Amino acid sequence: MRRFTIALVLSAVLLSPATLADEFTGTDVDRWQSEFDSVAKKGRELWTSGAVGTNGVACAQCHPNAANTHPETYPKFQKQLGKVAQLFEMVNWCIRNPLQGATLPADDPKMTALVAYIHKERKGVAIDAGKH
Amino acid sequence: MTRLITRRSVIAAGAAAGTLTTLPISMVRLAFGGTREDFSFTYISDSHIQQIKGASFVRNWDMGLKRAIAEANLITPEADFVMFGGDLAQLGKKEELDHGAEMLSHVKGKLHTVMGEHDYYLDLGEYWSKLYGPQWYSFDHKGVHFVVLNSILTTDEWTFHRWPTAEQRMLEMAGLDNPNGSPFMVGEKQRAWLKDDLDKVSKDTPLIVFSHSPLQKIYKGWNFWTDDAEQVQALLQPFKTVNVIYGHVHQIQYNQIGNISFNAVMATAWPWPYPDTYAQAGAHVPVLTVPMNRADPFFERDATGWQMIDVNSGRVTARYQLWDNGERVVGYDPKLGKPVDKKYQEAIVRKAPQLHY
Repeated sequence: MRRFTIALVLSAVLLSPATLADEFTGTDVDRWQSEFDSVAKKGRELWTSGAVGTNGVACAQCHPNAANTHPETYPKFQKQLGKVAQLFEMVNWCIRNPLQGATLPADDPKMTALVAYIHKERKGVAIDAGKH
Repeated sequence: MTRLITRRSVIAAGAAAGTLTTLPISMVRLAFGGTREDFSFTYISDSHIQQIKGASFVRNWDMGLKRAIAEANLITPEADFVMFGGDLAQLGKKEELDHGAEMLSHVKGKLHTVMGEHDYYLDLGEYWSKLYGPQWYSFDHKGVHFVVLNSILTTDEWTFHRWPTAEQRMLEMAGLDNPNGSPFMVGEKQRAWLKDDLDKVSKDTPLIVFSHSPLQKIYKGWNFWTDDAEQVQALLQPFKTVNVIYGHVHQIQYNQIGNISFNAVMATAWPWPYPDTYAQAGAHVPVLTVPMNRADPFFERDATGWQMIDVNSGRVTARYQLWDNGERVVGYDPKLGKPVDKKYQEAIVRKAPQLHY
């Protein structure tokens, strides 16, 4: 009886969706997607407002819908930087130069938002790191 | 044959031999029957002069316009006149229009200007009209009938009743990819004027029409679009030789629809991607167009520039002066009946940077 109880408890533990490491529900997926979407939406606001610069110029002035940013090609060699660079480094290049702003740390929530927006607009394009 | 000194040619020459040379710009002039003559004019467009605050303006955009004017003024023989293709200002402000107009006042020869949406939607063109006069009109020059249109109008509801302030209306229209914008149109009143104007012109007279937005439908999501383009085209089609030159798109485009040849011109401010590079849109550019090189963000003036427009037998040849890039020449091919790039039209001769993705 004791063994049976242990087995019952154990199976309940194992089968319970809440305790299985790699199980998640539609509700989870919806929540995670909406978390991503809200950050990408914040990114779109930063992209179109000029808020990450100092001269009023916005990323969207040259990159409507984040076109011509090619996030799928990073990391890639940038001859003017003299090294293989990540997408956030190119975003910072644009913040510093055309937008005349201060660069953001790679994990700054604003940088995360900008990169999230860029990737959202490029959804569906095959990864091709290093491409020129 | 004229020669234009450019920074690119100076740098190239300096690197090669330490001497100064010049970049040739050939202006081939063909014999022209009847009373018409061949001539050239310069076309500068989309400077987007942007005020930061007070007396400070975005340096990058200022430099593009200044450079185009300086170079255009060096051309000999002088062009017959200068066109400015619209979007002188970024947000339609008096300060921006004044600053841009002061620079444009240095062009040699008669200046004609086209209204852009960035000039218009703050005060509905009031201050721009004080500087440059009527928003649509026509004139004749050496046997060619020229028409200037204001193609960036839109519905009364959007213009007059949707936005709480003029500033917000301007901002909503200024965002190229902003879904709150509204499709451009020439509108009924101006089309009636155009019909009336063209009724007085012989169908053999070559026409050159200037608009800010394309008088053809390319991609609605970025307003590379004029909503009543077909109705305007229908008024132009009866003429034997018709050219439409438009700004707004900040890139090389060309097309042929019936009798109408289309050429887009470069911006002096910044380049735009081709619409078919937007992965979520699946839009297209005119099939004839060989794209300009992909812009290199490390070169501030790359993929911007200005144009010499040659008019031979009423047909337009656009000579794109591309800073940090080689010149591109797009002209009408009478055998093919459409505009072609004089060097890169065939797919096999294109360069890697002309492949956009």
